[in-house]
Amino acid sequence: MSSLLQELPQLLPWLVILPLFWALFSLALGVLYRHWIAGVFIFLLLATNLILIGQWLLLGDLYYSLGDWDVPLGIQLRLDGVALAMVTVTSLVTAACSLHASTYLDDYPRAQQYFWPLLAFTWASLNVIWLSADLFNLYVGLELLGLSAVGLVALTGQTEALGAALRYLYAALLGSLAYLLGVALIYSGYGQLDLPALSGLLESDASTRLALALMTLGLLLKTAIFPLHIWLPPAHGKALPPVSALLSALVVKASFYILVRLWLEAGLQVVVPSAAQFMGALGAGAVFWGGWMAWRQTELKMLVAYSTVAQLGYLMLIFPLMVGVSPTAAQLAWEGGWLQLIAHALAKAAMFLAAGNLVLAMRRPDIIGLHGVGRFLPFSLLGFGLAGVSIMGLPPSGGFMAKWLLLQSALASGQWWWLLVLAGGSALSAVYIFKVYQQCYIEDTEVDNFRHPSLLLDLSSITLALLALSLGIFSAWPQALLATALSGGGV
Amino acid sequence: MLDWYFWLPLLVLSTSLVASGFIFWINENRSQLRSGINLTAAVLKIALVVIILLGVMGGEVYETRFALLADIDFVLRADALGVMFAGLSSVLWLFTTIYAIGYLEGTPNRRRFFGFFGLCVASTLGIAFAGNLFTFLIFYELLTLSTYPLVVHRGTAKALRAGKIYLIYTLGGGLVLLMGVLWLYGLAGDLSFYGRNHLDALAVTQPAALKWIFFLLIAGLSVKAAMVPFHGWLPQAMVAPAPVSALLHAVAVVKAGAFGIVRVVYDVYGITLTWELGLLLPLGIAAAVTIIYGSIRALMQEDIKKRLAFSTISQVSYIALGISLFGPAGTIGGLVHLLHQGLMKVTLFFCAGNYAETLGVHKIKDLDGAGRRMPGTSLAFTIGALGMIGVPPVAGFISKWYLGIGAVAASNYWVLGVLVASSLLNAAYFLPVLYRIWFRPQEQPWPHERVLGRWDTSLWLLVPALVTAALSLLAGVFAASGFSPLTWVELITSREYLP
Repeated sequence: MSSLLQELPQLLPWLVILPLFWALFSLALGVLYRHWIAGVFIFLLLATNLILIGQWLLLGDLYYSLGDWDVPLGIQLRLDGVALAMVTVTSLVTAACSLHASTYLDDYPRAQQYFWPLLAFTWASLNVIWLSADLFNLYVGLELLGLSAVGLVALTGQTEALGAALRYLYAALLGSLAYLLGVALIYSGYGQLDLPALSGLLESDASTRLALALMTLGLLLKTAIFPLHIWLPPAHGKALPPVSALLSALVVKASFYILVRLWLEAGLQVVVPSAAQFMGALGAGAVFWGGWMAWRQTELKMLVAYSTVAQLGYLMLIFPLMVGVSPTAAQLAWEGGWLQLIAHALAKAAMFLAAGNLVLAMRRPDIIGLHGVGRFLPFSLLGFGLAGVSIMGLPPSGGFMAKWLLLQSALASGQWWWLLVLAGGSALSAVYIFKVYQQCYIEDTEVDNFRHPSLLLDLSSITLALLALSLGIFSAWPQALLATALSGGGV
Repeated sequence: MLDWYFWLPLLVLSTSLVASGFIFWINENRSQLRSGINLTAAVLKIALVVIILLGVMGGEVYETRFALLADIDFVLRADALGVMFAGLSSVLWLFTTIYAIGYLEGTPNRRRFFGFFGLCVASTLGIAFAGNLFTFLIFYELLTLSTYPLVVHRGTAKALRAGKIYLIYTLGGGLVLLMGVLWLYGLAGDLSFYGRNHLDALAVTQPAALKWIFFLLIAGLSVKAAMVPFHGWLPQAMVAPAPVSALLHAVAVVKAGAFGIVRVVYDVYGITLTWELGLLLPLGIAAAVTIIYGSIRALMQEDIKKRLAFSTISQVSYIALGISLFGPAGTIGGLVHLLHQGLMKVTLFFCAGNYAETLGVHKIKDLDGAGRRMPGTSLAFTIGALGMIGVPPVAGFISKWYLGIGAVAASNYWVLGVLVASSLLNAAYFLPVLYRIWFRPQEQPWPHERVLGRWDTSLWLLVPALVTAALSLLAGVFAASGFSPLTWVELITSREYLP
């Protein structure tokens, strides 16, 4: 077995090539064979992913140079522990969303044609981002991702969705532009865009600072970090459920991923604690403002969308908890931050899919429509209920483990104010999640007027939610995986 | 090969976990199948607990352990104290399930009810067997999550309001507990409940931090234990169906809090260190205040279930009071009360539910002549009430006796005063009820009478009440025999107290 894994050719590029082929095939063959094509390619991608896990366990971090050109001339793909975790979560979430969409889109024949190519394209660009260690490649991935995500939001062609998509497009383009300017500055300063190479080179002069600031600004806009989040709730709330799930779980995480690579891998020598504290403050703002707004919402999917704004705030705590602290605290924050990202990806995808199913069943978008759901639609509710546990950060769930690590890190570095943010955010999330739960126990009528979603729709959500929960029991594995990618610890 | 010593604690937990999985799965209308699954699982669980109990008595160690995080383990381990709580939960789960089957017959959403009921029992078992604070915390929060649906089960505005209050208290308490656990882990790492004196070194270097942590832990736990001033949720939660109140009061929630306090004092800090840090007296005072306050408030209630609720608030704090006495007799009194109060209180709630279901009686003033109409239920109620007052030979007397001895041994004579005052108050709020039941003639028709079978009421409702009443009587009469709660508690005390 192990020798077989060693002799297999390098599969890294196939993580990008396969979904690109998928996009081409489904564009060419149209809607006719869409399910077959999707099934085959998802199977191939999952198999590739599995083999890569085996190879990584055996060989450690994997590298692949496209066309045999080495850095700095050629393009190199890199699979370290964090990238492997991201690739795997992407596979799981996208597969579940595809499963959901294969049934859900029956109601939207117009969306069928472009959904699958755009989905495949999104997958390809996500994998480009996870595997790239080069600022320009990351830019290309980011641009492709933004465009395909905007396309996905606009799919239904409804006015609300188009408006949201347009705003999303502006935000995405503006973000990319700022990022690209920063990349250009770096290149003119150092003649080098490779992240590991830059980490030794960067100096804290004015132009580097400007470049970092520009890139950070662009990435914050794309990650929808408070106060640059306003484009997110309508884009995620008004899109089709499998699209919302994909966007909230993965797409916003891609720009955050670049941000972390930029700050904590390349720029660790340059970034100052006060800047990191500022990033954390933005995160705190997101946690509280997003939580408050989620509580204020009357529509189910909008509540879930604002919850994403809040949860993204926790991720930002990785900066103040890692810059200028002891190696122990930094390691806890590193593991906790990524674990939070993974747990949120799984739970939020589950929650959006479940919310979509519930809205489908209720035939109305608001929370009041949930009356009687507990009695007549327990399975549609189950995915939402279980995902909510992880979102609130209650045990046993990945969300709880992540928060525990972040709390431990804040304690170890003596930054008690982040303890308050984490605790307050958890309380706030319980308030808006239980606001939803509570409605499900009310019964206005003895008659079942719901449209019952097919089992496949419910199962795709429940599976993801169970994964998010089991992450709380098997968190030692991802923790060990993520720990390997931390270079050098804190500053 | 199956390693029973590894799997047994997990297996006990999974009986109710698997049962509730099945119950969620099968159709709402298949009530017989559901009851079958429920009762089978409950009996199986008791059998497993008995196996563990015999093993622990013989000195065996059953431990489930795996890594949750790099430096934190998930530990389920059966020690004498845990087995005691597990035994109480599993026995009362069986009787409450029987009772609930009868109580909820013909009402909607029974699948949801029994599903979460099973989860709630699984969490209680997890709390009983948790081998470190982290595992304890996991099940403590899980208990909140699984009891919320039971509290709001009826879906009325009142139930939802009670649910909201319940959540604010318990999730808030959980957060405070989390902070305490977090701080302690930050200072001392992953501490199992089975080491000894592991905080003694820290007590020299960081006594202030340890005091604060103790305060956080106890504050978080005392929310569920309903100690003043964190008791507000309990009377509200009375809107839940009677079997829920019975289980919440007798075992699951309040006892989880009290049990947690026992764990923190004996197995995290160690009783000697707690005493040296001067933390036992504040704990004792808080318990004493709760005991008196709860009794006075109980006296003022018109509603039967509300009176019982305040009585619970008062009685559960006997456990903390016993601990704070710093002596073996006090420990025995406190711990044995955890069992005795469970048996007696569950009886009282069963009876209150019977009066409400059969006669429509909710207020104490409507109970006149209930003894003639429902002799079986009234007998059970009388045994429970007399036990609460501490009349021999009912089990409650044994608890108070040992508490009294403990108070004298520790020269804490004010505790004797508290015991006497509270017993008088207990008598003051229970005896008039008994008087109405037995000696006052019925003057007006019952508010909402139903004839359920040829006995007092349906046998599903009557038998559990009689059995738990009999158990509280037997626990008192045969206290000195080999198989009584008292004997087990003495075993715990000899193992836990003496290093």
